[in-house]
Amino acid sequence: MQRYSFSSLLRHTLEGHRGWQPAWQKAEPKDRYDVVVVGAGGHGLATAYYLAKEHGIRNVAVLEKGWLGGGNTGRNTTIIRSNYLYDESAALYDHAVQLWEGLSQELNYNVMFSQRGVMMLAHSEHDSKVAKRHVHANRLNGVDNEWLEPKEAKAFCPPLNIDPAIRYPVVGAALQRRGGTARHDAVAWGYARAASALGVDIVEQCAVEGMELAGDRVVAVRTSKGRIACDRVAVVTAGHTSHVMAMAGLRMPLESVPLQALVSEPVKPIFPCVVMSNTVHAYISQSDKGELVIGAGTDQYVSYSQRGGFPVIEHTLEAIVELFPIFSRMRMLRTWGGIVDVTPDRSPIIGRTPVRGLYVNAGWGTGGFKATPGSGHVFAHTVAHDDPHPIAAPFALERFTTGRLIDEAAAAAVAH
Amino acid sequence: MLLIHCPWCGERPESEFRSGGEAHIRRPDPANAGDAAWADYLYYRTNPKGAHVERWVHTQGCGRWFNAERDTVSDQFQRVYRMDEPR
Ligand SMILES: Cc1cc2nc3c(=O)[nH]c(=O)nc-3n(C[C@H](O)[C@H](O)[C@H](O)COP(=O)(O)OP(=O)(O)OC[C@H]3O[C@@H](n4cnc5c(N)ncnc54)[C@H](O)[C@@H]3O)c2cc1C
Ligand SMILES: [Zn+2]
Repeated sequence: MQRYSFSSLLRHTLEGHRGWQPAWQKAEPKDRYDVVVVGAGGHGLATAYYLAKEHGIRNVAVLEKGWLGGGNTGRNTTIIRSNYLYDESAALYDHAVQLWEGLSQELNYNVMFSQRGVMMLAHSEHDSKVAKRHVHANRLNGVDNEWLEPKEAKAFCPPLNIDPAIRYPVVGAALQRRGGTARHDAVAWGYARAASALGVDIVEQCAVEGMELAGDRVVAVRTSKGRIACDRVAVVTAGHTSHVMAMAGLRMPLESVPLQALVSEPVKPIFPCVVMSNTVHAYISQSDKGELVIGAGTDQYVSYSQRGGFPVIEHTLEAIVELFPIFSRMRMLRTWGGIVDVTPDRSPIIGRTPVRGLYVNAGWGTGGFKATPGSGHVFAHTVAHDDPHPIAAPFALERFTTGRLIDEAAAAAVAH
Repeated sequence: MLLIHCPWCGERPESEFRSGGEAHIRRPDPANAGDAAWADYLYYRTNPKGAHVERWVHTQGCGRWFNAERDTVSDQFQRVYRMDEPR
């Protein structure tokens, strides 16, 4: 792997940029692997990277039916935060934020992690009580979060409308200063490059179409590029997880729905942070290119159509324009959708399955980008040891049978 | 936006309806069901890529429930039927 640095940039510049090598090797699948990771999104690539780096398992393939990072990883609004209510979630998401803080150095790839602060608005007495409860719960878990009065919120985010006469006035906000955004594609590319350098095969255009079991153990996957034998299969396919797990005869506590986002025309820097409102359902930030990045909601029905309904976008923009009237005449450039896998308690599923050798990491729903490094890290441990990482243990599939849910649904409303 | 055929009111825009999720899920017999049966009833869903049977309610119209079969890849409705009809 060519290391990237200021001096290498200088050297390549003097050579007319003719000496750059591909960031990762495109591979054709071998006949067998120790571990097959299904899905080359951020979570799957991170899993492969940590398997190779921390557990010495390098005979690994990542199989991707489309192109690397073309799923939700490349479609999300990149909000990163860890101010979740419950102890289990705070541990999981903050583990990820801690990894984000060193990720560009770790991967030698600029993932543009920017801790510009995530501010979550409260619009009513009820909202403010819920937000303050989060602030206190987070502090007990060592996760930073603070309460701001409307004027302080406006000082932190000048375009915010704090006029008390609007339909959903801003009565305060919870601010996580360590939260922020990162460049989504760079996360996929950075992990792919680092994993490939450690010997991981990344195979694009290779859809997993079936699984072969011997008794209660998985022994191979059938793909559009042929049969691949393996000891372990790690499924990390987000919205397509029910479909893939059905190949091993398993049902999942998941429903797949479209989630949409949109970007505006690029403008000069105006929006310094991330603002979310669960009540009016809007979240917004500004990319380094200058586009406003706006997250919309999910459709209410199961769908794999990878495009959402128009009323969802309309609803979101109504809220944005009321909170930020300055944006009312901006033009939107693109809208798109991704298929997200939603669990009943809005917490992910990480762990073993009833089929031996088959592991699943799914159910991140509308909010798993922020967890990418932490998710890959604890999942790699779980796959390598056939035993859950302590942070992952509460997120095992069994919780739906024991009833020990991690119910972030009511707590976070929209988990981004 | 989907155009949904309410069996009582005819074609109406999606925004008049609420989705009620997967249809034909039967509550297990409380006397005999174990934890796995309850988990399946409460939380596990078919979530198919293809034909899905589901419930809808025409909240902003007649207020009545009905069942439908829809392809989850194309979002095309294949069939709309009453709740007391078999699938
Ligand atoms: C519009 C939108 C906005 C979002 N905003 C945020 C946000 O602000 N913050 C946040 O934290 N999260 C957000 N999310 C959620 C986040 O994007 C996901 O939780 C996360 O990216 C999931 O990563 P992944 O690697 O698991 O999945 P993906 O990136 O979807 O990767 C799964 C891969 O599996 C592949 N695959 C599927 N089936 C097969 C098969 N049979 N064989 C081979 N490969 C297969 C897919 O092609 C895909 O590339 C958002 C999502 C969307 C859609
Ligand atoms: Zn009707």
